[in-house]
Amino acid sequence: MVTTTTAPAPARPSTPGTGRTKKGRLPRSKLPYLLLLPAIALELLVHVVPMVVGVWMSVLELTQFQIRDWSAAPFVGLDNYKATLDVNGPVGKELLHSFWVTVMYTTLSVGLSWLFGLFAGVYLQRPFPGRSLLRTLFLTPYALPVYAAVITWTFIFQRDTGLLNELLTTTGLADDRPFWLIGGNSFWALLVVSVWRSWPFAFLCVMAGLQNVPSEMYEAAAIDGAGFWRRLKDVTLPMLRPVNQVLILVLFLWTFNDFNTPFVLFGGSAPEQADLISIHIYRSSFITWNFGQGSAMSVALLLFLLIVTAGYLLVTNRRREHA
Amino acid sequence: MSRRLLAMTAAALVLAASITACGDDSEGGSGGAKTLTYWASNQGSSLDFDKQTLQPELDKFEQQTGIKVNVEVVPWSDLLNRLLAAATSGKGPDVVNIGNTWSASLQATGAFIPFDDATIGAVGGKDRFVPAALAAAGAPGQPPTAVPLYSLAYALYYNKKMFADAGISAPPTTWEELVTTGKKLTKGDQWGLAVEGANISENSHHAFAFGQQWGGEWFDASGKPTFDTPQNVAAVKRYIDLMAVDKIVNPSNAEYAQNQSVSDFANGKAAMLLWQAAGNAFKTQGMAADAYGVAPVPFPATTPAGGKKVNSMVAGINIAVFKHTKDKDAALQFVKFMTSDAEQVQLNKVYGSLPSVTTVSGDAAFQAEEQKVLASVLATSAAPLPQVAEESKFETLVGTAMKELFADAASGKAVTEDAVKEKLGNAQQQMGS
Amino acid sequence: MRETAAERWSRRVVLTLLTLFTVTPLYVMLSSAVKPLRDVQGAFTWLPTRPSFQAFVDMWSTVPLGRYLVNSLLVSSVAAVVSVAIAIFAAFAVSRYRFRGRQVFSVTVLSTQMFPGILFLLPLFLIYVNLGNATGIELYASRTGLVITYLTFSLPFSIWMLVGYFDSIPRGLDEAAQVDGAGPMRTLFQVILPTAIPGVVAVTVYAFMTAWGEVLFASVMTDENSRTLAVGLQGYATQYNVYWNQVMAASLVVSIPVVAGFLMLQRYFVAGLTAGAVK
Repeated sequence: MVTTTTAPAPARPSTPGTGRTKKGRLPRSKLPYLLLLPAIALELLVHVVPMVVGVWMSVLELTQFQIRDWSAAPFVGLDNYKATLDVNGPVGKELLHSFWVTVMYTTLSVGLSWLFGLFAGVYLQRPFPGRSLLRTLFLTPYALPVYAAVITWTFIFQRDTGLLNELLTTTGLADDRPFWLIGGNSFWALLVVSVWRSWPFAFLCVMAGLQNVPSEMYEAAAIDGAGFWRRLKDVTLPMLRPVNQVLILVLFLWTFNDFNTPFVLFGGSAPEQADLISIHIYRSSFITWNFGQGSAMSVALLLFLLIVTAGYLLVTNRRREHA
Repeated sequence: MSRRLLAMTAAALVLAASITACGDDSEGGSGGAKTLTYWASNQGSSLDFDKQTLQPELDKFEQQTGIKVNVEVVPWSDLLNRLLAAATSGKGPDVVNIGNTWSASLQATGAFIPFDDATIGAVGGKDRFVPAALAAAGAPGQPPTAVPLYSLAYALYYNKKMFADAGISAPPTTWEELVTTGKKLTKGDQWGLAVEGANISENSHHAFAFGQQWGGEWFDASGKPTFDTPQNVAAVKRYIDLMAVDKIVNPSNAEYAQNQSVSDFANGKAAMLLWQAAGNAFKTQGMAADAYGVAPVPFPATTPAGGKKVNSMVAGINIAVFKHTKDKDAALQFVKFMTSDAEQVQLNKVYGSLPSVTTVSGDAAFQAEEQKVLASVLATSAAPLPQVAEESKFETLVGTAMKELFADAASGKAVTEDAVKEKLGNAQQQMGS
Repeated sequence: MRETAAERWSRRVVLTLLTLFTVTPLYVMLSSAVKPLRDVQGAFTWLPTRPSFQAFVDMWSTVPLGRYLVNSLLVSSVAAVVSVAIAIFAAFAVSRYRFRGRQVFSVTVLSTQMFPGILFLLPLFLIYVNLGNATGIELYASRTGLVITYLTFSLPFSIWMLVGYFDSIPRGLDEAAQVDGAGPMRTLFQVILPTAIPGVVAVTVYAFMTAWGEVLFASVMTDENSRTLAVGLQGYATQYNVYWNQVMAASLVVSIPVVAGFLMLQRYFVAGLTAGAVK
């Protein structure tokens, strides 16, 4: 079994710094650049250059009149940004609203996905009949094509013919059949679908992280008389911290820019209560052919996410060093 | 050692790339001079059905002219994005189908060959085409950016049996009658009318037609948006009121965006439906052709001031030629072939649409009730959507505003004139300058 | 360590709720797949009143499902393998070397995950077309172009995970190999990689799933020959009708190879993600 030979040896995972003596490093040469070359070339081609072009687009007036010949597109400086970020103007107001919706949505979705993943992972630590079946089952949503998965949820949320309202009315939880895909509830519908699609990934990472926690630590805690919550707080969570740091950041970035879920769920135009920023940019840029403005929104978003990520990494790394 | 390994890896990458590459069919266009690439829109019951419908015709064309046409049927979900990409890059097919509401938007890109007098002459001349359909092929005052291929119009479909059971002998011709009729037919699980309340394009099409009837315009002569005029507000309110006030539409329809209203009609849950050339869709849903009747979309009983006799947009599919084509003559020959009498009869018959040329309207293929009604609407009371470059913005913003109004109506909120005006005004502001 | 009764019951409750949450949509999918279209559109019923497997037959002809499946499997597999190969070299460099630009590289790679994909679309498309015109290598509407796009999409996170994983492999192993006279490449291939197999498998699965599920770029960068499942499934929504039962049947069928792959790789994936995430 490969896993037995490869488990990182020390009980505590090696933290950055350990073993990073000068002696352990291979000689400095041109080799690292050579090794990075394919990655750099591809990143440049597929990510960096298009991003730079995107930034350039954001200072142009670029609509269908100009897209055939971008050099003819008039340079408008920061006009797109002004229109976009002026929160009193119609465009900025809508964008700001959509931004807050997205922040709420991302916070809740990442939080819930992580909680679900954590508890499923913790409760599946102990062997019991059917454990591996549950493991596979919990991972299945990750394997389904997005389109089909989300369409299935629209079935469930249909007012007249959906399963959810069928359940609510037969159990007497609701007298009237509520709407789920329009109006205020659409936010919650979107959230449920998002959590359903992303918690398996959180589960996978947590489950993996837990395998590194030596069982002696739990036994020691149990001898000290620690109950479930104390064990969770004193053993599980500290041991999971490195996993969680990566996991939460990845979930955050995915969820914040998630396009497919709202696009399929609401058919291209989300209700205002669930108007996520990705959909909003699509609507104000792609559908309406205003690429300059869409780029300005995207660049503003990129800056925001960069700041949040930098802050997050700073805080979590400092906490880890102190811990 | 290291260099060899790197070289081996590089070789493996190249190999992997070439494995995936050699499976790809080679693109047409560059091989022989006489090969065209054609993107067809999805008109039939499946992509494959369309391909099998078109292929024999393309073979005929090759026999006649020696020009080979490679067709790809592009799903509607991808078509506009791919046209946009092709227009931007100058790389793509020679001939394409476009939704006719996109005409002015795409025209503004300058990526298509304008059908000026000489060009349109090469495909048979301006007079060949149904005037209303040709009017929906580009901004007024400019040469059309495409020529019409398949034509469609909105009509009122009604369930004959439900009408007979309720003792109604004739379909409504005014909105007032439609409401009375609808109320009679709304009982139990059955509703008078089905609408596609969350479908943005559908909504905006109705906004346009109702707007015309109430004397409204969505853009003024200089192309500025005029969304929240009293006429447009009254028109949109009339449409929303079918659910909000008259209660002949199931509130659930406010969330319909995937043709559920067609299913509801076909499955006997609603007695009436406003739709464009729905016959084929009903057929695939198991509704027999004699189970439903077709009538023109109603008008207001008394024409509001400035109201026009318009009860449908000119719907349809146009065919256009990219400027980047290597063989303009061959491309135009193909357009001429597709709009020839024989092909117009053949293809429109299969797709349940109407010919876009005047010469074959009398053909036996188009004498069914549905086609006759649609043809007369198209000939007498259909108008093209505003042919402005911002048309897609109009559809998105106004369609979305109406979707929100339907949502309000469905949840029991009163949809007042002020509420409609506010939504439309908001949409207009977002049109920008 | 014994489980108290309260813990046992809370475990049962939580796992039951999560199972219901996960299974309900899967059940809806399955039951819709075996209903005739008319019943799918009708009011919800737990059991199909008229079960029919016709959808599983029709789905192959409504859209060229077989071709899409082959495309998706091919594109995702090649993208995953190549992405991981490139990520291994890059992660090795970042983990084992200090060099100028190391930080810049890491930050840039991370920031690419923050720009909305929709705005990449047109520029990337233009780049591909121009590259194609200049070199004759067809990237637009070809599987090669898709492979390159997708492998780059998964590259940042793959590198990130692998760096963490390589960092957790003791340097002592490198040194021992060097003492034996191994060069850097031999150290990588004979010492580090064998130790890192679980991490590599985990990253491969991630890269595969990234390519497998991508919709937006696939909708513009493919034609009928190179179209993948993620967009191809939308073909069941035709001009006349949406064949819901076939969408569901097709989704279930195409997911089988992926779920089977999960089952086979689960052991490695589980072990691998741990170490990869431990930085």
